[in-house]
Amino acid sequence: MASNGLVSPRRRSSDQFDGSDPSPCGSEEVHVLAVDDSLVDRKVIERLLKITSCKVTAVDSGLRALRYLGLDEEKTAGDFNGLKVDMIITDYCMPGMTGYELLKKIKESSALREIPVVIMSSENVLARIDRCMEEGAEDFIVKPVKLSDVKRLRDFMTRDVGDGTSSDGGGTTHKRKLRESFHESPPSSTVSCASSSAPAASTTRSRSPSPSPSPSVSSSKPVTATTDFDFMGFFSIRGKSNNGRHVEDSDQHLNCLKEETVA
Amino acid sequence: MPRFHGQSNHAPVDIVNQLQKQYVDYLSSLFHEGVLDDQFTQLQKLQDESNPDFTVEVATLFFVDSDKLINNMAAALERSPVDFKQVDADVHQLKGSSSSIGAMRVKNLCITFRSFCETQNYEGCLICLQQVKNECAVLKDKLQNLFRMEQQIVGAGGSVPLMD
Repeated sequence: MASNGLVSPRRRSSDQFDGSDPSPCGSEEVHVLAVDDSLVDRKVIERLLKITSCKVTAVDSGLRALRYLGLDEEKTAGDFNGLKVDMIITDYCMPGMTGYELLKKIKESSALREIPVVIMSSENVLARIDRCMEEGAEDFIVKPVKLSDVKRLRDFMTRDVGDGTSSDGGGTTHKRKLRESFHESPPSSTVSCASSSAPAASTTRSRSPSPSPSPSVSSSKPVTATTDFDFMGFFSIRGKSNNGRHVEDSDQHLNCLKEETVA
Repeated sequence: MPRFHGQSNHAPVDIVNQLQKQYVDYLSSLFHEGVLDDQFTQLQKLQDESNPDFTVEVATLFFVDSDKLINNMAAALERSPVDFKQVDADVHQLKGSSSSIGAMRVKNLCITFRSFCETQNYEGCLICLQQVKNECAVLKDKLQNLFRMEQQIVGAGGSVPLMD
């Protein structure tokens, strides 16, 4: 097992990823399942993962993640829905099932427990971090996620996927080193990705500008902020009723917010 | 450092330079005023020839999202009794997405807003709601300016400078 462990890139100088690096392990692409209820965050994490040569599947809830993994109420073990998942990266605070609950379910499943799970959270709460790590999370990233965070995970994944050994001794080493590096360095920010179902109506920059863009500015009336929004004719989402969020979300409280919020 | 390949109809070099300088000055002012923070630069770094509109796309998603959340908050604050936990949940979401795009002022307003939710301070919440709305409108306007300037640079055959 490679013993270089995880030298945290936070100690390295540059975050630039020039995209021309060959895939470190050279074999299959790493497939990451990203879980986040925020449309903005899903788009960002998806891009971050793709730019580091990962295949990405982005879902907007823990329930959908479990379904994708083949683990839901009706079944006990996985039929994999598609590609084998090499890593799961999940937001902590989500309506319905929190990232922590998702983590527990994955670690309780004999079929899925070997998959490394990374938690992202906007709250830098020590008790939360410790709880996740104790439950078996590989890492905990404080949002907003940066490229350096994802690169570090990618490095970890590559070594894990590439060496082909089972995860007992070596896996423990990786886990320990990730945790060590985590505790030694200040947490960096996390990134969120857009839903893979986000509309792709973007135009290229070389097009000539459309005449008089019509920005829609929220009115001062309480309930009539506009939803049709045309950003200079570049990219337009009009009248979308469900922007990647569950419709029922607006009535659901976030369970994670009931926790202690002070470290 | 060129990030995009511009059109073949090159404008005179000094025009491109002027546009680039104006762009850099404008973007710098947004950082200086605290409208944007480093996370915005992080997003710009993710843009390339294969994803030339990434930042515009993320910004667009943000405004769709924030419009919806602001509507939700307004509606919740109009109900009687006010469900402060629900408002807080929406503010939390807005705080998250504003943080993810580097919209620092919006994010900071959300932090204040959340403390009013926690203390169930109705007037405080109303004030914050209005401030958040205003700040999102300001941000939208400034980002439109920014993206328009990028478009002009590329249209003139130049490349958009990346802030470090």
